[in-house]
Amino acid sequence: MAKSIQSLERAAAMLRLLAGGERRLGLSDIASTLDLAKGTAHGILRTLQAEGFVEQDPASGRYQLGAELLRLGNSYLDVHELRARALVWADDLARSSGESVHLGVLHQHGVLIVHHVFRPDDSRQVLEVGAMQPLHSTALGKVLAAFDPVAHSEAVEAVRESFTPRTVTDLAEFESVLDHTRARGWAADVEETWEGVAAVAAPIHDRRRMPVGAVAITGAVERVCSDQEVRSELVAAVRQCARAVSRDLGAGRF
Amino acid sequence: MTDAPHTGAASHGHGPFIAAIDQGTTSSRCIVFDKDGRIVSVDQKEHEQILPKPGWVEHNANEIWTNVQEVVASAIEKAGITSADVKAIGITNQRETTLLWDKNTGEPVHNAIVWQDTRTDALCRELGRNVGQDRFRRETGLPLASYFAGPKARWLLDNVEGLRERAERGEILFGTMDSWVIWNLTGGVDGGVHVTDVTNASRTMLMNLHTMAWDKKILASMHVPAAILPEIRSSAEVYGIAKGGVLDGIPVASALGDQQAALFGQTCFAKGEAKSTYGTGTFMLINTGHTPVNSYNGLLTTVGYRIGEERAVYALEGSIAVTGSLVQWMRDQMGLISSAPEIETLALTVEDNGGAYVVPAFSGLFAPYWRPDARGVIAGLTRYVTKAHIARAVLEATAWQTREISDAMTKDSGVELTTLKVDGGMTSNNLLMQTLSDFLDAPVVRPMVAETTCLGAAYAAGLAVGFWPDTDALRANWRRAAEWTPRMDADKREREYKSWLKAVQRTMGWLEEED
Repeated sequence: MAKSIQSLERAAAMLRLLAGGERRLGLSDIASTLDLAKGTAHGILRTLQAEGFVEQDPASGRYQLGAELLRLGNSYLDVHELRARALVWADDLARSSGESVHLGVLHQHGVLIVHHVFRPDDSRQVLEVGAMQPLHSTALGKVLAAFDPVAHSEAVEAVRESFTPRTVTDLAEFESVLDHTRARGWAADVEETWEGVAAVAAPIHDRRRMPVGAVAITGAVERVCSDQEVRSELVAAVRQCARAVSRDLGAGRF
Repeated sequence: MTDAPHTGAASHGHGPFIAAIDQGTTSSRCIVFDKDGRIVSVDQKEHEQILPKPGWVEHNANEIWTNVQEVVASAIEKAGITSADVKAIGITNQRETTLLWDKNTGEPVHNAIVWQDTRTDALCRELGRNVGQDRFRRETGLPLASYFAGPKARWLLDNVEGLRERAERGEILFGTMDSWVIWNLTGGVDGGVHVTDVTNASRTMLMNLHTMAWDKKILASMHVPAAILPEIRSSAEVYGIAKGGVLDGIPVASALGDQQAALFGQTCFAKGEAKSTYGTGTFMLINTGHTPVNSYNGLLTTVGYRIGEERAVYALEGSIAVTGSLVQWMRDQMGLISSAPEIETLALTVEDNGGAYVVPAFSGLFAPYWRPDARGVIAGLTRYVTKAHIARAVLEATAWQTREISDAMTKDSGVELTTLKVDGGMTSNNLLMQTLSDFLDAPVVRPMVAETTCLGAAYAAGLAVGFWPDTDALRANWRRAAEWTPRMDADKREREYKSWLKAVQRTMGWLEEED
């Protein structure tokens, strides 16, 4: 194993020292506690400060943990915030497509449904929020596996169960599906999870371009597809919705 | 109400269209709808909240009219249509906000006094004389409270130099924001029509609910000259034709107060149908059919709507002061969460409230208690209780308060709530919606168009000009986006309700004396 980098070790020690409650320490306290020359300690603190990991109180000159460090720990997007942001757009997608809309995020080894808009036809439907779907066969799951590296490794390592004769279970074939999904920016599931059901999904990104979820429309294969291909206007509508939600997420939190 | 997209919606049908203007408390909006009731385009502009003293809230009516013209022009442009494609304009508005203006110059004589403004508190007590706040309830359905427009008009007449004399000479016009917008749209000083609709008139405390006319006795008691009052019309008829501007030549064909517009937009056309709008506060209205139902449980009796020459439809209204604002308080004052939707994430980490109850009586208890001496409590604390339990109790507070309003409505009207239609920003909270259904023991449904207020105004205007044939056609447009059904067992519900009611008791009498 390569020798560890001393200045990083020292920086880590400083962050630990400042962590735990709202602690503020002066330069000499930090230097003496860590047994460092003041000049060395100051150099490291200034670097951490430039990165936003440490802040210096202008009045006392003491150091404390910086806001960037907090952001690092909280960078995940709350799924309920995702739902709140997506609500209007998902409604509009359901109305324009005439099909049901689902919003999914990666959760453990599958897709967690965090939002569901009924198909607008007045039929009895059950809210599917909280349900889990497989990663490898659904349109939502394929989009997540294609764009989110964590989802990708989950899908690759999992046992890819065959639900219908059309389910892709072979790894190489699955990877090529994901390549195709990345290239065109959307994924389809034509009777690969449920007989008679087709879906199309597109990724939702946050302001850092991180994939945070996916949106899909799902319906009877006869309506969603023509000649076994997903109808292009439905693909356009799903992608437009995903872009609109992504744009709203980029607008900052409220 | 909700986070609306500020750009035009993605796709829309073909014309013709209806334009709805929502003159709200913080902003004015215009939404263009197609025949399916889908949003074609939206534009919105905020106006200044003028706060001259604690408790006083005013709006500059000229600024509002300018904004209305701008958002209308912009919404039409974003829709990529021309005024020839717009068949009618509908109006919905912040209720009770009061304006007096000069008939000959079109200039407001004072800023509009906003519904939230409490400057008429003392006047309302004085008007109650020896009878108290229910002095005009039989005629108007309302208690004497500072919200309503009549006392605000009286305040202006008493406090603006020379205004009463000008009013008695017939130089001054009174109106809520619907009247102001319609008068200006239809030409202003150049032949503008001076009208209001039955729903807005029912919030003035000057209209008799049974005759739908200005009540001469109340006018005399309140010292408001009849000469300044607009003509009371139905909620859906052509009041006049827009003159000038982008909308030139289009019929102005509806007016509804915002909560009544939401009732209309949710297509609550049958007796017993109710809607609840969840924002910072919550407004619940239930359709009680053709008779005004007196409330003995602290609700308001109000006009739901009236379509043209048809009989008026009445409603009972209950409002909850603190719902979404409790979540905001948990975020901003308590720092329990960093964004409002996170309340659900936190609440879902536990199975129940752990025995804790939050009663947000921040400025007293409203319907059905009306106890100004109450203040908020968190009850049932033990060492076991975590912040997640509190988060759950926060959401449950909104659901229990809705249950209390719903129970009061049942008591007053004898009508059981069958289904609750919901809208507003908090409907994105899945746990809250499920809890609501559990506590009400009734299905809760969310429609696909979140903008029910504007939609209601558009619907009423569309009916008036024959764009839609009847209310059945509007019902057919209503689409269920989600439905939550009760899952809680009855024993548990009753046990929990008892605990909630106990917690409510704990809030009362906190203030020793109300002055």
